[in-house]
Amino acid sequence: MSKTWLIAQREYLTRVRKKSFIIMSLLGPLITAAIFAVPVLIATMSDNNKVVAVADAGGLFVDKLPDPKEDISFTRVSPDLPAAKAEFKKAKYDALLYIPKLDLATPNGFQVFSRKGLGLSLQRDIERAVENAVEAQRLKKAGIDQAVLNTMKADVDLQTISLSDDGERSSSTGVSTGVAYVCGFLIYMFIFIYGIQIMRGVMEEKTNRIVEVVISSVKPFQLMMGKVLGIAGVGFTQLALWLVLSFGIMSAVTGSISPEKIAQKRVEQVNTAAGNTAVVVKDKETKKEGNAIVQALKTADINVALIAGCFLFYFLGGYLFYGALFGAIGSAVDSETDTQQFMMPVTMPLVLTFVVAQATLTTNPNGQVAFWMSMIPFTSPIAMMMRLPFGGVPMWQLGLSMLLLIGGFLGTIWLAGRIYRVGILMYGKKVTYGELSKWLFYKG
Amino acid sequence: MKTPILEVRDVRKQYAAHTALDGVSLVVPEGSIFGLLGPNGAGKTSLIRIITQITGADSGQVLFKGEPLNPSHIGRIGYLPEERGLYKKMKVGEQLLYLAQLKGIPKEEARVKIKSWLERFDIKGWAEKNIEDLSKGMQQKIQFIATVVHDPELVILDEPFSGFDPINANLLKDEILAMRDRGTSIIFSTHRMESVEEMCDHIALINRSRKVLDGPVREVRDAYRTQTYEVEGKGRPMLVHPDFEVVRHQERENGHFYDIVKLHAGATPNDLLRYLIGPAGVEVHAFREMVPSINDIFIRRVRETHPDYVPTEEEMAVKG
Repeated sequence: MSKTWLIAQREYLTRVRKKSFIIMSLLGPLITAAIFAVPVLIATMSDNNKVVAVADAGGLFVDKLPDPKEDISFTRVSPDLPAAKAEFKKAKYDALLYIPKLDLATPNGFQVFSRKGLGLSLQRDIERAVENAVEAQRLKKAGIDQAVLNTMKADVDLQTISLSDDGERSSSTGVSTGVAYVCGFLIYMFIFIYGIQIMRGVMEEKTNRIVEVVISSVKPFQLMMGKVLGIAGVGFTQLALWLVLSFGIMSAVTGSISPEKIAQKRVEQVNTAAGNTAVVVKDKETKKEGNAIVQALKTADINVALIAGCFLFYFLGGYLFYGALFGAIGSAVDSETDTQQFMMPVTMPLVLTFVVAQATLTTNPNGQVAFWMSMIPFTSPIAMMMRLPFGGVPMWQLGLSMLLLIGGFLGTIWLAGRIYRVGILMYGKKVTYGELSKWLFYKG
Repeated sequence: MKTPILEVRDVRKQYAAHTALDGVSLVVPEGSIFGLLGPNGAGKTSLIRIITQITGADSGQVLFKGEPLNPSHIGRIGYLPEERGLYKKMKVGEQLLYLAQLKGIPKEEARVKIKSWLERFDIKGWAEKNIEDLSKGMQQKIQFIATVVHDPELVILDEPFSGFDPINANLLKDEILAMRDRGTSIIFSTHRMESVEEMCDHIALINRSRKVLDGPVREVRDAYRTQTYEVEGKGRPMLVHPDFEVVRHQERENGHFYDIVKLHAGATPNDLLRYLIGPAGVEVHAFREMVPSINDIFIRRVRETHPDYVPTEEEMAVKG
């Protein structure tokens, strides 16, 4: 055991002292910050103040133009379309909205002209403005005054509460999705980056031929485990550094840009990327001020301790599960190019979980697919971490998933150990799956 | 008799398609240099990997100082594999410290030993250098230190001279002899039989996973003496004698000659010498027994046991 520790120490120290590690530790948070900040900056720069000209032939905005919003304002031009077009060209407005004479019951024939094509958000904003105006007109016709209407309008935040056996727990879908993604993505990245480091490390020892010297002193299994554990230490160190530095940089960056904006953009981005825009975007839009995350963090009672604890467990468990397999691959091949055929089956489940996660896990975190994926050790580290923030995962499921993962990584480590001890001494031979399976049953 | 440092009893090792060791038994006496000789692929490395506990034998027994081999012996054995290597990005000092600690030497003790070894090889200034900055020969020295830094009782050297330039090879040879004189037992494994035969006290010949021959070098040689002598001198030797037979006669310039003479049973080299300087009337400049090389013995021995023996390409390469 002390020898395993010694090996882990060496693996850890040589990696942590590398220049690339230090650079990555410093650059990581900067890159993360940039990923979040750059789109916001670009958005704020390009979306700045679009001016929409309104040619109101139908008299829809007879009383009042729509209120200017953060990035659009409206201005009235001649109601006559050709004249309006001429004005539009001259004044360099961003868009021209033409409102025809209309029948309030079936309003149509609205046209928008633009110079460069409309952005999605601009189009949506114009649509809403027209819709609101039509509604207002109809209400007026029905005898309801705008002022009365304003007093009746409600600004509602949905507080979703998951009802489970453990009692009620408030949650906010937006925050949960965010937390789920961050956790899932970190585990995914960690397994990949450090799994491949294990593989490279094993290959380096093999091609350097130092492996025979070392295993005349320690058991191959100790060498493999020492490497796996040492590199895990490197990963944790990097994660810790990133967290600390990220918080530092984030507070500096968010101090200079508006924090609400960043958070809002981020939610929007995450959700459009995920393809489950509906719920959260609407939610966001109903809110005139503030942002989902800050508010939700205040109101939502996400079980931070549980999630942090589970994150560490699945972080480590998933890494051990896959790390051992990566180690086995490294031992079976002579060069990086030979790794391809063995990498596929190992990386497929990882990539798959992440892809499936975007489609189903976050939208239906307690469904059948989510359940099974969070049980099978190949997918559970990511899948379970993406379910947990939504709450409602029964304790027995969590317990079973953890047990299966422990069983799983003990299994892969055993398997990898068998392949490893034969593989590291095997040179100049292209290994097939058939051969690998034979190695499992070699004696001592 | 002293307990031998290592005893191998009827060891077998089977790999999927071929038998690497087929009932090999050896005794390595303590404090000697033991040559484990044989062509490539004969099973030497397989045997060494069993002794160093990298793999296990399918059957048979290995005794280290009379005890069945177990993990506590790992720290008492030093092994220089044929395929060597070091961590390229690690400093010499750190690397040696790491490898010594893996052998179970406490850190402080290891530091002292490393320092004295670096001094002995006159390379004290290298401790802070990265391995990749050293020349190949220098790396070999570090590798050798790594093999012996924990003062093992048994040192196993697999093809130790491959990759060494002649100067460093000599340095290594001297160091090996010095270690032997300090009481360390050494196993030398090589397919280049001529390179080590003058250093070894005992040898074992292995061919095609079987031991062919073993014993003290002197005894092995005596057993395979051919009673053949080289004679160089001046004059015209008329060797017609019932006790001797001229195998080869060569005239050289200025009346010099070179003969190879085989003694018949019962005759001694002194008889031949007496005849040469007496009745034959020649001036003898050199008189030397033609000792069979280990290589010759190996081939003869293999032919004796397998009359239909056809050397493999590798064995041919050894002869050539």
